[in-house]
Amino acid sequence: MSVVLEHSSSLLDSAPETPAAFPAWFADRQRAAWQRFLDTPTPKRGDEMWRFSTLKQLDFSVFTKGGAGDSSVAIVQRSTALESPVAKFVFVNDRLLHAESKLPQGVLCLPLAEALVTHGDLVREHFMKQDSRLGSAKWTALHEANLSNGLFVHVPANVEVVGSIEVFHWLGGENATIFPHTLVVTGANAKVRVVDYFQSVNDDEAGLCVAVNDLIAGPGSKLDYLAIQAFNERTRVIQVNETGVARDASATGFILNIGAAWARNESLSRLDGEGSRSDMLSVSVPARAQEYDQRTFQHHVSPGAYSDLLYKNSLYDKSRTIFSGLIFVDEGAHRTDAYQTCRNLFMSEDAEANSMPGLEINADDVKCSHGSTSAAISDEEIFYLRARGIDPVRARQLIARGFSVEVIERLGDEKVEEMVLRFLDDKFARIASGGA
Amino acid sequence: MSLLINDLHASLEDGTEILKGVTLEIPAGEVHAIMGPNGSGKSTLSKVISGHEGYVVTSGSVTMDGQDLLAMSIDERSRAGIFLAFQYPAEVPGVSNANFIRAALQSRLPKGEEIDAVAYYKNLYAKMDHLEMDRKFTARSVNEGFSGGEKKRNEILQMMMLEPRYSILDETDSGLDIDALKIVAKGVNAMRSPERGMLLITHYQRLLDYIAPDYVHVMAAGRIVRSGGPELALELEKNGYDFLKETELVPA
Repeated sequence: MSVVLEHSSSLLDSAPETPAAFPAWFADRQRAAWQRFLDTPTPKRGDEMWRFSTLKQLDFSVFTKGGAGDSSVAIVQRSTALESPVAKFVFVNDRLLHAESKLPQGVLCLPLAEALVTHGDLVREHFMKQDSRLGSAKWTALHEANLSNGLFVHVPANVEVVGSIEVFHWLGGENATIFPHTLVVTGANAKVRVVDYFQSVNDDEAGLCVAVNDLIAGPGSKLDYLAIQAFNERTRVIQVNETGVARDASATGFILNIGAAWARNESLSRLDGEGSRSDMLSVSVPARAQEYDQRTFQHHVSPGAYSDLLYKNSLYDKSRTIFSGLIFVDEGAHRTDAYQTCRNLFMSEDAEANSMPGLEINADDVKCSHGSTSAAISDEEIFYLRARGIDPVRARQLIARGFSVEVIERLGDEKVEEMVLRFLDDKFARIASGGA
Repeated sequence: MSLLINDLHASLEDGTEILKGVTLEIPAGEVHAIMGPNGSGKSTLSKVISGHEGYVVTSGSVTMDGQDLLAMSIDERSRAGIFLAFQYPAEVPGVSNANFIRAALQSRLPKGEEIDAVAYYKNLYAKMDHLEMDRKFTARSVNEGFSGGEKKRNEILQMMMLEPRYSILDETDSGLDIDALKIVAKGVNAMRSPERGMLLITHYQRLLDYIAPDYVHVMAAGRIVRSGGPELALELEKNGYDFLKETELVPA
């Protein structure tokens, strides 16, 4: 491991420098983003989009930029999830450590740092085109200003990628920060699945991750995206997702939250074309003092589109969750089908779940429903499992796992579902052994 | 060798006494039936034996082959060999039937020992075939969306897989059509053995046409008020529970 004792300046003190190799337009964007970051006020009490949030988590002054992190072979070995991904990229502190690919000809799948140099115009066409609407405008500006790497995937029309592209984002070093960016673009009738894994090199180092993923599903395409958030319990995360779905396209976004001290997810799906479909899925299992704060937006721009959101939280110990979701149907977006469900399962009497489902409909002839439920496991259910010999801890765990499985099953790929369940089972095992 | 219930008194948490001195012995190898009108305490007895926490045992004892059941937790009783086939089995969303039964079997193994998956499925499929259950029930969530008859069959499947020493079947016949009843009875009869005792709780004589009991007991107002051979069930079928009115039953 190389020891690089650079001066570690605070993340918030000065404008980051754009690497010289990157195109001028990108340097301009980064400068503008830094200014926007400075100009945008920090969320404060009373901001609707930060209602119930623990705002002190937004004090990022302790975090520093840079830091090489661990670049040992061991990290590459730890970067194993699916049996045979079609491509795999491993980043440590936003630096590329490993890349492999068996992708078909024509598919672009490159580290963003490389794509900016070799396919700058294509990146520019799609890069962070939308404003952050769900509260984190300041933090996506910080992300844009600091971003140095990530993954760019472009699948040309009529190409179906079989298997999954895996991206491992490791965060290491005390108070280190990363700004992973994932940009996925599918051409007409193309198909691809990308999985981001967010993990810590060590269990005891504090860190910050501000991630953005932009998913742009072209007409008739199928785009699946999964984020597995399994950072250590000293890490804070902001993850902002923006999904655009064109005519007859289908996009699935899935988030698994098992790690971090605090995670904020903002997910926006824009149904841009007739016949488009967006599935927004999430499973969270917070324990101890973990807090997951999720804000969603189902934006029906086009008539005749379908969106379905299912978020499930199993809350242990003194953990907290916040869910705020809005289905927004534009004028003229007739024949909209939109559903939104958040379900909380209390595994402890000390946990706290806040749900704010919402609906705003400006069109006729729509089918919309939203709802949220919160409940503890019923005594009769526990009795049934225990009457079969299963001890109470295991019984509760089986029920919580089953509760999550109902979401995971919607991923529709056995290998991927098994992978997600392995992360979930790790979490349950840690909870059972007294950790989180 | 028997399941021995002696002068058992049990109340709801609010103090209402439901069982008012039940005494009953089910020796291994025998099948006993308890009949009785609604509200007589039949289902409560089954729940108290299996350890349901909604009831307080105020006096009396329940032992299984000499072991004090009342000193054990719900799951310990199951692992020791008590099985309750539920009248209303719970649904467990997201947990497949195969994984559920596997977890139940796994709980009986010493720590660190794993079930042989191949042998497990072979056994499971054989039992399912016996109960004429479609293979799709292995992957389906436990009891979720099952019809009444499918749920009852699933209870018998679990009993066959767990091979308990004493089984209590609570209203296993309710909600079954005649074909389903025959299949369930076939499963129960296959489980009869000199080492195993069974207690059938039922409202109707019908079940006993298919599972012939060695003894029949009548329960009313929290007590066993009559005991006899299989002919008692026929007598009840003919005359109903009217005789209870003539029996001296002092309300608590």
